Amino acid sequence: MRLILHVWRQKSPNDEGRMVRYETNHADPHMSFLEMLDVLNEELISNGEEPIAFDHDCREGICGSCGFMINGKAHGGHPGTTVCQLHMRHFKDGDELYLEPWRAKAFPVLKDLVVDRSAFDRIIAAGGFISVRTGSAPDGNDILVPKEAADRAMDAAQCIGCGACVASCPNASASLFVGAKISHLGSLPQGKPEQEIRAMRMVAQMNEELFGTCTNLGECEATCPKHIPLEVIARMNRDYLAASWKHR
Amino acid sequence: MATTLETSPLLQSRLPSGPIETAWDRARFEMKLVNPANKRKYSIIVVGTGLAGGSAAATLAELGYQVKCFCFQDSPRRAHSIAAQGGINAAKNYQNDGDSIYRLFYDTVKGGDFRAREANVYRLAQISVNIIDQCVAQGVPFAREYGGVLDNRSFGGAQVSRTFYARGQTGQQLLLGAYQALERQIGLGQVQMYPRTEMLDLIVIDGRARGIVTRNLITGQIEVHLADAVVLGTGGYGNVFYLSTNAKGSNCTAIWRAYKRGALFGNPCFTQIHPTCIPVSGDYQSKLTLMSESLRNDGRIWVPRRKGDMRPPNQIPEEERDYYLEERYPSFGNLVPRDVASRAAKAVCDGGRGVGPHGLGVYLDFSDAIRRLGEKTIRERYGNLFEMYELITGDNPYQVPMRIYPAIHYTMGGLWVDYHLMSTIPGLFVIGEANFSDHGANRLGASALMQGLADGYFILPYTMGDYLASAKLDKVSVDHPACKEAAGAVQERIKRLLSIQGKRTVDSFHRELGKLLWDECGMARNARGLRQALARIPEIREEFWRNVNVLGGNEELNQSLEKAGRVADYFELAELMCLDALERDESCGGHFREEHQTPEGEAQRDDERFCFVSAWQYTGEGKQPALHREPLEFHYVKPSQRSYK
Amino acid sequence: MSAPAIAKPNVAAKNFSQLAGFWDTPIGKKAVMAVTGVILFGFVVGHMLGNLQIFLGAEKLDAYAALLHSMPGVLWMARLVLLGSVGLHILAAVQLTLQSWEARPRGYVKKEPVAATYAGRTMRWSGPIIAAFVVYHLLHFTFGAAHPDFQPSKVYQNVVTGFQVWPVSLFYIVAMVLLGFHLQHGLWSMFQSLGFSHPRYTPKLKQFATVFATVIVAGNCSIPIAVLAGLVK
Repeated sequence: MRLILHVWRQKSPNDEGRMVRYETNHADPHMSFLEMLDVLNEELISNGEEPIAFDHDCREGICGSCGFMINGKAHGGHPGTTVCQLHMRHFKDGDELYLEPWRAKAFPVLKDLVVDRSAFDRIIAAGGFISVRTGSAPDGNDILVPKEAADRAMDAAQCIGCGACVASCPNASASLFVGAKISHLGSLPQGKPEQEIRAMRMVAQMNEELFGTCTNLGECEATCPKHIPLEVIARMNRDYLAASWKHR
Repeated sequence: MATTLETSPLLQSRLPSGPIETAWDRARFEMKLVNPANKRKYSIIVVGTGLAGGSAAATLAELGYQVKCFCFQDSPRRAHSIAAQGGINAAKNYQNDGDSIYRLFYDTVKGGDFRAREANVYRLAQISVNIIDQCVAQGVPFAREYGGVLDNRSFGGAQVSRTFYARGQTGQQLLLGAYQALERQIGLGQVQMYPRTEMLDLIVIDGRARGIVTRNLITGQIEVHLADAVVLGTGGYGNVFYLSTNAKGSNCTAIWRAYKRGALFGNPCFTQIHPTCIPVSGDYQSKLTLMSESLRNDGRIWVPRRKGDMRPPNQIPEEERDYYLEERYPSFGNLVPRDVASRAAKAVCDGGRGVGPHGLGVYLDFSDAIRRLGEKTIRERYGNLFEMYELITGDNPYQVPMRIYPAIHYTMGGLWVDYHLMSTIPGLFVIGEANFSDHGANRLGASALMQGLADGYFILPYTMGDYLASAKLDKVSVDHPACKEAAGAVQERIKRLLSIQGKRTVDSFHRELGKLLWDECGMARNARGLRQALARIPEIREEFWRNVNVLGGNEELNQSLEKAGRVADYFELAELMCLDALERDESCGGHFREEHQTPEGEAQRDDERFCFVSAWQYTGEGKQPALHREPLEFHYVKPSQRSYK
Repeated sequence: MSAPAIAKPNVAAKNFSQLAGFWDTPIGKKAVMAVTGVILFGFVVGHMLGNLQIFLGAEKLDAYAALLHSMPGVLWMARLVLLGSVGLHILAAVQLTLQSWEARPRGYVKKEPVAATYAGRTMRWSGPIIAAFVVYHLLHFTFGAAHPDFQPSKVYQNVVTGFQVWPVSLFYIVAMVLLGFHLQHGLWSMFQSLGFSHPRYTPKLKQFATVFATVIVAGNCSIPIAVLAGLVK
């Protein structure tokens, strides 16, 4: 397969950056998208050009490291798929592809397609946890959790923190990410004691990190590789509004 | 080399004496404690943020120690523990099916083919129940039954249902639990987190581990970090094979640098081949994807009876299918341990009955389970795994059997540690997959998560206190000659890698090394092949240092440079692995020496000569490492030929 | 970029009183938009129902207008609430929009919507156009300043003469279609903003929003169309 790639190249955080055109004849329908980039990078190195930097690690869609825009869609826009799991059979010979990093003020570009997502960590640090000291837990079956609640929690807990929600949101909002953690922990009895303060702290931190605001467009849900539903944002709103009303 | 089984004086395992059931309690009681008010005066470096490192950093910080935590990924949440699918074992006996701490202990010692310490494994089985409690309280959304109680599934190598799981993403959920506990401590200022920072050397002062040298992967800055103790939770070294189920970034550099600073390396040749991975599809393949072992609960493994039968699987009639695991091992069937299942798959493929385009694959068929339980139940149990399989292969496993083949998955070997998880360098603790300890020569499914969390949450926090309370630690500064020497060596090495500017890429060397190791030191090994590999590896390494091409500079994000440093270490480790595999002239667990097999083709141990842990000591550049032995004693589970028939 | 990112210490230690206030967070502002949206939506419905009395003849409509004016207290109260709602709705919208623009200072070379509806994507266009329309509408029919032949308290006649100018009618129809889009997204969105979402009801809510928005557009547009068609004279 022959492909034409337009890739964002930026040497460092302070570099201006620009789109650069590449051509490769070595794509194969069985390759993953990242393997296609591996092959292109090997070609670039052989030509004395620096390879394209992109974040990746597990290459099985669970670590959340990889992710960039392919033709204006986060992770390429296939449902439930990260770029590492996106295979080249979805593309045709001669396709022209635009690869750009996640764009958001809260996610500064570090190099090429690599961005800094530490804002997500700081949001979790603000309140995305259940405070339980190691060793202080009761027996696992002392806390009964209705299957439905456990399933709902698991649906939200699947978030891999890749940042596609922010990248695809026209407002660069992190609501799906934050809502997922609030829903995960809030759906379980263990998470109830901190439900209010968690919502308040996480929302405040999200705001401080300069993410945009949710306008309920659903782009995040549609490009989320883990199918996190928009409902988690409603849950975040509900928890936050209830908490801020109670503690006004 | 003579094989008198005497413990090397270097290997003080500090195993407790007396009844095994109360050994850990007694050991804990004998440990010195650090006064709560004094804990904040101690600083601890934790490298790695997986289940072991993450849980350790969070727990140590909760106790009041000052923790500095490092990971090479952009966030501690990305450690490769996240990719574990199937589950975590615990001897809860919630199913009332005859499980007990003793049975988990027994299964693990036997599953490891009698090459692990009994006391360690017993402690692991005891702690397993606390882990589940802790994780539930943290909000890990384990699968539940309709009554609200925890659900279990069964897993390879066991006849009871003791595996707790969160869909096919158990590792993810457990890791996020530890990550959230860690982030909480970061938010409280108890942990200083350094993401995108790679440890490149260990600093040893007056014989004790006192710090590390790191490279900031964004700026290239080389820094020295000092502390009262260093903990490595840096995972395994399966990527030495290039193709493995490990994450691309997983590497051996941290433990290898510690080895070169004097920590002994235990059982380097003990690697685990996982039987259920998606087969290789081409030369460009960058990694292998595991399909959880839990699939073997409901999937049936088979190949055509006839050699070269190219018919599509659905057209091969029942009587022409060979369900070889069920036939050979009627009592465990498809749930035999990983090493046994992997070798059986290799045997049928070597016999020309493999399926798929390259003939390297066997079928994992769910059609019976779907008929029996309905597609909905199967979807609930394995939905995400089926989805993943379809994404990668383009085949729908609800309709066509999956094709699977074994792949490198886990390394039982690692830095040698005593019962306190301390290496032979005082103050250097090694936890999780990075150490050699609990799995012997083969790890059972759903035991890695258990061990990582046991080490991090419930063992290290005690033993660390004992070390700090008993050690006399002088203040050290970054001006110490040992710091300058280590930082200088790191800089020198980077400079050297960048200056070669040869013709070949880092990956091409890594592939070549990986293929060689897979062929000669993979699923089956023999003395001739190992000797060939030992001759060939130095040649490739020499070419690497002469002809590798690393573009770009140090003062920037340079992924080629990161890779080059890791691959350079793999060359050295690969040599040690082959040496160890050659030295261990027996078969045990995942280490299968073709010269030593039973008439049925099972691994044949030699307990007379090899019932010990091999611990290798670095003796200098270009010199043969020294082998030290720690004999293993079995007082509770008598070594026997493993049988899963 | 020098030091690696380290979480700001003590974020996890903040208590309720140290955290950002309601209006300082986007969720608070969105809630204000939702509540004011409900009020304005109620007004749109009432306004339409009142105006549809035009089909019952001049007497009915003028009497209705007279009735409203006979209660100046209530009328001004309603006007103040509406004015306040519009003000808050717009203020919140402007602030949130600015925040979102700041959140992505550099856009994409290529960006394809995957799920966002046309209505959703055009809220920031439909909103200001509707606001401009409201101003014109007040000048046109309430104050008469933009009406060529305005007769105080002759509502029916003002409507007929006003809409007989076809460009005016066209502008009204366009504005109503935009209002329809605005409502279609806004109607279910306000539930989401206030925290209500349910896998069973949300899809119905979206359908309901579409139906309701269509009814509003049809009802309101029927008046200028009827006038242009000569059905209402």
